[in-house]
Amino acid sequence: MDTSFATEDLAFRDEVRAFFAEAYDEELQGRLADLSTYKEAVIDWQRRLYNKGWVAAGWPVEHGGTGWNSTQKFIYETERAAAGIPDVIPFGLAMVGHVIYTFGNEEQKARFLPRILNSDDWWCQGYSEPGSGSDLASLKTSAVVDGDDYIVNGAKIWTSYAQHADWIFCLVRTSTEGKKQEGISFLLIDMTTPGINVKPIATIDDHHSLNEVEFADVRVPIANRIGEQDKGWTYAKALLAHERTNIAGVADSKRSLGQVRTFAKKEINGGVALIDDPVFQSRLSSIDIDLMALEYTELRVLAAVSAGGAPGAESSLLKIKGTEVQQAIQELQMEVAGYYQGLLVDDLSVEQLGHSFGRAARQSYMYGRAATIYGGSNEVQKNIIAKAVLGL
Amino acid sequence: MNFDFSEEQVMLRDSVARFIKEDYAFETRCSAVASQEGMSRETWQTFADLGWLSVPFAEEHGGFGGGAVDTMLVMEEFGKGLLAEPYLATVLLFGGLIQKGGSQAQREAHIPKIIDGSRLGAFAYLERQSRFEMADVMTSAVKEGDHYRLNGEKVVVFNGGNADYLVVSARTSGEQSDTQGVSLFLVPADIAGVSLLSYSMMDGQQVANLTFEDVQVPAADLVGNLGEASALIESVVMEANLGLAAEAVGIMGELNAKTLEYTKTREQFGVAIGSFQALQHRMVETFMAYEQTKSLLYRAVCALSNGDEDAAPVIHALKVMIDRAGKLVFGEAIQMHGGMGLTDDLDIGHYAKRLMMINTTFGNGDYHLGKFNALRYARTD
Ligand SMILES: Cc1cc2nc3c(=O)[nH]c(=O)nc-3n(C[C@H](O)[C@H](O)[C@H](O)COP(=O)(O)OP(=O)(O)OC[C@H]3O[C@@H](n4cnc5c(N)ncnc54)[C@H](O)[C@@H]3O)c2cc1C
Repeated sequence: MDTSFATEDLAFRDEVRAFFAEAYDEELQGRLADLSTYKEAVIDWQRRLYNKGWVAAGWPVEHGGTGWNSTQKFIYETERAAAGIPDVIPFGLAMVGHVIYTFGNEEQKARFLPRILNSDDWWCQGYSEPGSGSDLASLKTSAVVDGDDYIVNGAKIWTSYAQHADWIFCLVRTSTEGKKQEGISFLLIDMTTPGINVKPIATIDDHHSLNEVEFADVRVPIANRIGEQDKGWTYAKALLAHERTNIAGVADSKRSLGQVRTFAKKEINGGVALIDDPVFQSRLSSIDIDLMALEYTELRVLAAVSAGGAPGAESSLLKIKGTEVQQAIQELQMEVAGYYQGLLVDDLSVEQLGHSFGRAARQSYMYGRAATIYGGSNEVQKNIIAKAVLGL
Repeated sequence: MNFDFSEEQVMLRDSVARFIKEDYAFETRCSAVASQEGMSRETWQTFADLGWLSVPFAEEHGGFGGGAVDTMLVMEEFGKGLLAEPYLATVLLFGGLIQKGGSQAQREAHIPKIIDGSRLGAFAYLERQSRFEMADVMTSAVKEGDHYRLNGEKVVVFNGGNADYLVVSARTSGEQSDTQGVSLFLVPADIAGVSLLSYSMMDGQQVANLTFEDVQVPAADLVGNLGEASALIESVVMEANLGLAAEAVGIMGELNAKTLEYTKTREQFGVAIGSFQALQHRMVETFMAYEQTKSLLYRAVCALSNGDEDAAPVIHALKVMIDRAGKLVFGEAIQMHGGMGLTDDLDIGHYAKRLMMINTTFGNGDYHLGKFNALRYARTD
């Protein structure tokens, strides 16, 4: 057992650091922070990663991935988060990409994978429906064969960033016979197809990410189906497990915790810095301790996966603990902000308001409530562990 | 011993409850929040007409002569309705300071006007650096002849943008965080030298940053004794904390009721999600948290009404409980609503934001836990 870095790992770390320092420049950061330029800035950034050969960390080499081992992935993630760089938008690169190179046919791979790698297409995930959240397999959006096409009718909900998307990957019902999991198919749908309507959902973080996507007689070529008809659930499940490994967010949590410490040094209560308050220290430390353990839990899972195991129910553990830690840090950040945690405005300057991070703390805290809900809620993850790990 | 309310108190509570239920729908509240002033003047006038603005004031000024119990009952109902109007700022803080610390002339000049709805007030205490320490005051007041000259800045002043009059804390002697040397001044909002920056917070409350530049305040507008405002502030804030706690209890009750209702109707896997034991036990936890918080609230109300020596630790304890239980209750409410819990059209998230702001107002749970520790384990040797 040894978790120290070899010389070539240290060289890799230096290379990553140097690249981020140069490529993630201030001009780009400014455009990422501005809603009106956000989308093109994301694409710009992801192309810089692509040109460096680093955009698809989890993909196999033959499909354009990095082929990194678990140590390299760990180093990359740590450096990315430490530099305050957001992760790539997951829907194409971390989600549907895997499904396509694993279960798609040659034509689909050739058509979609290069465009995902080069961020030519923005993808969104159309799984959840108003009546089907945790019980995803009960979904009702229907696809009926008509010649070379499916005709799709129904509605998806909570579709993140559908407003930006060129494509949506959907689970649809192609059969109502047998078990509900058995009549589901996996379709790739062009968002410009007539009959698709995207409606925004206002959320408690005051930032537009969620949408409803309605389908009225939408024609989708059968050629856009992944794998076999009625077998979509199998493909989706493989993806769900994958989605959950990325969800622990250890590296980002470490950075956020560091930020909390920095802010807490500047908050003074009657002459005493918050960071020196024993009550505060206890709260900070208990999160710190959880995170120390979680980092190694994640490493153990990563190591097992790179030794050939598929991420299984362990990824549920990472998801639950990872999101609990994230939420605890976000909560602490709010408390450090004191009264300013309620800041809403974005048209007044830091100088006018008298505070720098309250608004950001509120936004990440409010959006952060969703982390225990999406990607399979934490309750559902616990059910998975109870069944698959504990055999209950 | 009994926990019954008087007939008058029941009538007061029921009339507020009826108004909230019948005339203060979530949409009505949201449109008040979205308006320029962040409140409805019409609603405020209704409160005056119904006598609610008079609750804590002495009968000699036209008040209802109510005590902690009455304030609690009103605030709990307001909590259920997510009140946008500045009852805390105008009645409990501004009015409270004048009632408790003001001269006879000041009371006569302001309290009847608060009661008839024609005067809105605010208490400007917070500064950029002061966090939860109310005595951390850098705004200065320097005596010059028969005037004081005020300089400094107050931030996040509740109702600061709409207030006609402000009570402002300023340092007249001592160092930045000294308890001694803080004084209060009664200042008309439109006085020369005050500039105002209004904005709203996540709970829909309008607040303002106020800058004072060589503001001339007549010596007669000092509230209470020179340099001795800290004790007055503490006692008014204790009562305000009680009101806030009652508001929080009202909110927690609503959140629990709405979540329970949702889990009975939302179906997944062919059954109501409320049938899952994993959720049932947690709803029992939120139910117990609510009951425990209510008990501590009653304890605090009794302590304060009886003038008990131990009122201060009970209020600290209550603030800690509100913080912990509040987070549990709204956290579970959002979680059990799933994606719906994240939507802005639903009231759940708005109750959560108000609870967060209640928690942080006058010090969060950790701050009060520190105070509680200090009182409980004060060394006497
Ligand atoms: C911010 C955000 C982004 C999202 N992005 C996407 C997206 O891009 N694409 C997409 O398809 N979906 C997305 N989702 C949807 C997400 O996957 C669902 O919200 C999630 O699956 C839960 O479903 P639901 O909201 O219908 O809640 P419900 O399933 O109704 O659950 C309500 C509550 O009941 C609990 N519960 C349900 N079943 C059980 C059980 N058996 N035992 C114990 N407790 C249970 C849940 O855990 C939850 O607390 C997003 C959601 C959010 C909040």
